[in-house]
Amino acid sequence: MKILVFIKQVPDTDDVKLDPKTGNIMREGVASKLNPLDANAVEAAVQLKEKYGATVHAVSMGPPQAEDALKKALALGCDEAYLLSDRAFGGADTLATAYTLSLAARKIGDYDLLLFGRHAIDGDTAQTGPATAAFLGIPQITLASSIDVQDGYVICDRVLEASSQKVRARLPAAVAVTQEINTPRYPKPINIMKALKKPRYVWNAEDLGADTSRTGIPGSPSSTKELLEPPKRNADTKYFSGSAEEIAAQIADMLHDEHLI
Amino acid sequence: MFKFTEEQLMIRDMVREFTTNEIEPRDRDMDENGFDRTLIPKLVEAGLIAIHLPEQYGGGDGDTVTSEIVINEIAKGSASVALFLDAHWLAADMILHHGTEEQKAKYLPQVAEGKIFAFGLTESNAGSDAGAIKSVAEKQADGSYILNGGKAWITNSGVADYYLIMAKTDPEAGNKGISVFVVPKEAEGLTVGKFEKKMGMRGTGTCELSFDNIKIPAEDRVGPEGRGFMIAMQALDGARISIGAIASGLMQHAMEKAVKYAKERTTFGKPIYKNQAVGFKFADMAAKIRATDLMIWDTCQMKDEGQRISVEAAELKLLSSRWACEVTDDCIQIHGGNGYSREFDVERFYRDAKLLEIGEGTSEILRMVISGAVIGR
Ligand SMILES: Cc1cc2nc3c(=O)[nH]c(=O)nc-3n(C[C@H](O)[C@H](O)[C@H](O)COP(=O)(O)OP(=O)(O)OC[C@H]3O[C@@H](n4cnc5c(N)ncnc54)[C@H](O)[C@@H]3O)c2cc1C
Repeated sequence: MKILVFIKQVPDTDDVKLDPKTGNIMREGVASKLNPLDANAVEAAVQLKEKYGATVHAVSMGPPQAEDALKKALALGCDEAYLLSDRAFGGADTLATAYTLSLAARKIGDYDLLLFGRHAIDGDTAQTGPATAAFLGIPQITLASSIDVQDGYVICDRVLEASSQKVRARLPAAVAVTQEINTPRYPKPINIMKALKKPRYVWNAEDLGADTSRTGIPGSPSSTKELLEPPKRNADTKYFSGSAEEIAAQIADMLHDEHLI
Repeated sequence: MFKFTEEQLMIRDMVREFTTNEIEPRDRDMDENGFDRTLIPKLVEAGLIAIHLPEQYGGGDGDTVTSEIVINEIAKGSASVALFLDAHWLAADMILHHGTEEQKAKYLPQVAEGKIFAFGLTESNAGSDAGAIKSVAEKQADGSYILNGGKAWITNSGVADYYLIMAKTDPEAGNKGISVFVVPKEAEGLTVGKFEKKMGMRGTGTCELSFDNIKIPAEDRVGPEGRGFMIAMQALDGARISIGAIASGLMQHAMEKAVKYAKERTTFGKPIYKNQAVGFKFADMAAKIRATDLMIWDTCQMKDEGQRISVEAAELKLLSSRWACEVTDDCIQIHGGNGYSREFDVERFYRDAKLLEIGEGTSEILRMVISGAVIGR
């Protein structure tokens, strides 16, 4: 089995700062990490590899620093890493990103399974995986909270708000996983040492044979008009004491005083 | 500054994340309730429990720098867990460096699988003067030994699966009459005493052991007869680097808490760090931490190059353990009354730090080692 897992490097902070001039997210001086949901996708891929045998190929589109996320993926058990990096890819929306990722999938070739995290914690669109599957013309399963492969099918549980589903799709297929699917392991130090010896490739627009009118900013029909910092929540903690009844009465009084009930 | 390799930096980040998630949240509880065994499988799974052993035995193939990165990062979350690992490695090291191929094949994979090892040298009447131990392993006609006596202050006791015990095989021969033996926890005649009620490092188990006619097969003697003292001292040289790494971790952890507190706490209308008397404490702390770190990585590198490190490791332990006491003391002072409360952690760090001046060679014994080398030079 050949599994491609698509990962993204995201800022490692809960306290994202915006550049006041450009309105973009400030990445300078902010540590970055592997998108947490993508760590779940990597873990799912590695578990399938351990169960059935597979080669796992990690793919990331991003600036040269995105290598760090790929190295981590290698330490976690992926076999090869591909960085898609080119100025022509910069500023891509989900459509242009999916186009670029689909070219990489085609170039790697012979894939059985494409794995994505449900969403990236920075962009938060949850569109890249599904759009990539659409470009490749393969079936897709989103919101997967479990995954298995049997007789040429991928089988997943999908947990929805009011129900859950068990679905399957014929391989090759794409699956976007949720956080519930697994708990990502820590990369063992010995695997970190081995990771840096595994093959890593960097592909630019030319390597992918990309039509650069479809990548980066030119290829992005959507653009962000304005980014706003999330309102700072001023948590005002109040402590109550007494018996359960007394506390309940005090809470009711407070809610009443604040005109909340 | 010392240049770490890319791998070492990635490993540091990994251990930091592991420590933040798995170890630090347990430290306060372990101070009250003792070592948390559920950490063992986690340390195994994360590939940390035997990072210093060769891969052929299931180890992590880490050099000294990498191994001490692990101790240092873990100590930032719990000095006790770092000391637990240090003692485990100290015991295993004697097998790694002096064991036969059969002993290595039998025991080292167990070190990596999460069987825990302990190092038993000290007795209630012989600590610094290790040559004065009274435990005796008497050789039998069939080549086996009968062990009698006891040990005191043995880290990881109660938790350990194997004890590496130093005992006299020739009671008349002083330091040259000591040999090393592997004693499994099930050994008939082994009694593990009550947990010591310690000042600090309370997240490790420390007990007395007593030996009543324990039969030890000849193949469980590690190294030649009579060489036990030398084997133990050599293992302690390496472990003293770990004490430095624990000191550095403790100091950093304490300073981090104190910096945060000094920014939040206001008196006389301003945060307390704005008083030079408080601010200058951080200057001294930072300098002590940096000097410790430089000594740690320099000594590690010397060890990796195969140089003797007895003196350098003693110097590192001597200074860093004193500084750890001073820094944690200052951090309590910065916390005022809160510093004296268990709620604010720094008092625990202070209690933990004090052990570093005693265990694995007291500061006085280290001064004997260092001054001996200076005078001899
Ligand atoms: C928490 C903890 C964990 C430990 N874990 C282990 C372990 O895992 N394995 C193990 O074998 N041991 C262990 N020990 C024992 C430890 O190594 C000894 O306590 C230490 O070596 C000191 O020995 P002692 O307690 O007998 O003190 P003593 O040797 O009696 O020393 C008492 C004092 O006299 C000083 N002194 C002694 N001789 C001289 C001298 N010649 N010149 C100047 N000053 C001198 C000492 O420095 C000390 O200040 C542990 C101890 C503690 C507290």
